[in-house]
Amino acid sequence: MLESLVHVCLTGLAQGMFVWLVACGLTLIFGVLRVLNFAHGAFYMLGAYFCFSFLSWFGDNFWLGLIIGPLCVCAIGFLMERFFLRYVYHLDLPYQLLLTFAFVLIFDDLVKMAWGAGSLGSPKVPGLSGSVPILGRNFPTYSLFIMGAGPLVALALWAALEKTWAGRIIRAASSDREMASAIGVRVPALYTGVFVFGTWLGALGGGLAVPYVGLLTPGMGESIIIEAFVVVVIGGLGSLKGAFLGSLVLGLLSSFGTRFIPAFDMFLTFILMAVVLLWRPEGFFGEAS
Amino acid sequence: MGRYVPYLLFGLVGLVLLGIGLFSGRFVLYLTMRVMLLSIFALGYNLLLGRTGLLSFGHAAFFACGSYGMSLCFLHVTPNPLVGVFAGVCLAVLAALIIGFFCVRHTEIYFAMLTLAFGMMVFSLVWNLRSITGGDDGLVGIGRAPCLGFPIARDSQFYFMVLVFFALTVWVIHRIRSSAFGLVLAGIRENPQRASFAGVSVRLYRLAAFVISGAFAGLAGSLAAMLESNTNPFSAHWTHSAEPVLVSLIGGLQTFSGPIVGSVIFVVLREIIERFATNWMLWFGILLLVIIMGFRGGAMGRIEAFFARKATPRGEEGRP
Repeated sequence: MLESLVHVCLTGLAQGMFVWLVACGLTLIFGVLRVLNFAHGAFYMLGAYFCFSFLSWFGDNFWLGLIIGPLCVCAIGFLMERFFLRYVYHLDLPYQLLLTFAFVLIFDDLVKMAWGAGSLGSPKVPGLSGSVPILGRNFPTYSLFIMGAGPLVALALWAALEKTWAGRIIRAASSDREMASAIGVRVPALYTGVFVFGTWLGALGGGLAVPYVGLLTPGMGESIIIEAFVVVVIGGLGSLKGAFLGSLVLGLLSSFGTRFIPAFDMFLTFILMAVVLLWRPEGFFGEAS
Repeated sequence: MGRYVPYLLFGLVGLVLLGIGLFSGRFVLYLTMRVMLLSIFALGYNLLLGRTGLLSFGHAAFFACGSYGMSLCFLHVTPNPLVGVFAGVCLAVLAALIIGFFCVRHTEIYFAMLTLAFGMMVFSLVWNLRSITGGDDGLVGIGRAPCLGFPIARDSQFYFMVLVFFALTVWVIHRIRSSAFGLVLAGIRENPQRASFAGVSVRLYRLAAFVISGAFAGLAGSLAAMLESNTNPFSAHWTHSAEPVLVSLIGGLQTFSGPIVGSVIFVVLREIIERFATNWMLWFGILLLVIIMGFRGGAMGRIEAFFARKATPRGEEGRP
């Protein structure tokens, strides 16, 4: 019984860190730009597919693919912000959301055209493809790797935002756009930079997902984006600390739900989201407005 | 003279629809019914989005409530189609009352996220309660028993039932929009604080708009179950909730006939694109981009603005 519980916990933590890797970029973009980006799921998908392709071109070098793949998606993110998203910041919410939704439709079909509508099997990562025995049961090594990568990305993000010059400017623009602009910050350029960086994080999450989820399908962004939304919401819209904690809660909840009440595991996720929104709309760490 | 033009146009559309029902083939009939069902869904939805200014991502749940309510009634209670539609709409209204009660506490992005959460809760119930809803298979074998003595088993007969409900929806939505209630909703959209200072219970009005739009989503859902003779669990998925938003946007958010025009464009364009290419989502996404970047009033908004400009020559146009 104890072994089983430990394994449920580990699976939950891995799942939580996996969602965090995708959701951190979404949170960052929302925190600064105040736009909830539906296309983030599409960037995740593109990241996964690009990494997959580069991986096979470079003779199965997973790490090289992981570096180059997300950079290509960054270029797409740049074009999207510079030529489209920039012009809708001042518009009503439906227009912003639907603009990003339009990109979901476009990218989904482009992926179908480029890689085919069927699903692609995932390659093995050398050194991480096996499993290790924990308390007498096997646990996938790659899940352990994800569990390590999540906090690492969180730490790097925290250091970048709190300890560097660029991070200070980003925080300034996020808390008061007009004041930042008045003291000489080039806010439009900053927004483009943050969006591209967030896109890179999403695509990186996609690249790391390749061995974790196992199958690549053209609609794979649609399910992860909703989980990422849940995380962003329960963390407090725009709070990275909250999103990290939210990912852990979501991962544990879904793995315990799958283990004990499998019929309602999806239901639990959305109950959590609704309860947090109703009881504490500013999230775990958000500030009441 | 000008005042009667819209009524004349609607009369003309009615005649065309009657003509289609009497003289056209099965394919056109089916397509027209799809347009009308989507119109019912979007007309109700736009009462919430265009009129009250609330963006919901959970209305697919009420559509599914209509579908499953109708189907369960058919399978377990009575094959009478009117009773089935009534059951579907009642289930949708009940769900909209409960969900709306919680959702109208927030606005803007919080409202959108709350409706998304509740909508997906309904989806997960539909997906997982296999014994009741059939899970991923949905419910199958929904027949069409005679309605008030008229047979509706064939598509050419069922068409007129859909047409009657469509006409009823257009009339009711038109009455609501031009009523004092509808004006208060527009007032809440423009300035909720001011509306509440004027003594309007903003939350209650928002809930009313939410429930009404949910009821029409349920109506569309129950008719769709009869049209397709099955139910689809993905009709409750959030991607289906995006459909009425897109349709309203294409036609024009601030217009009455926008959702209808948008539905025609949506369904017909999809058929045309699918005829020549497999990737309709790509082209649809591009169309959406063009509309949002350049033509935010939508098709009907453009046309109305054009006529308004002709009527008032010097810079008197309203908001785009």
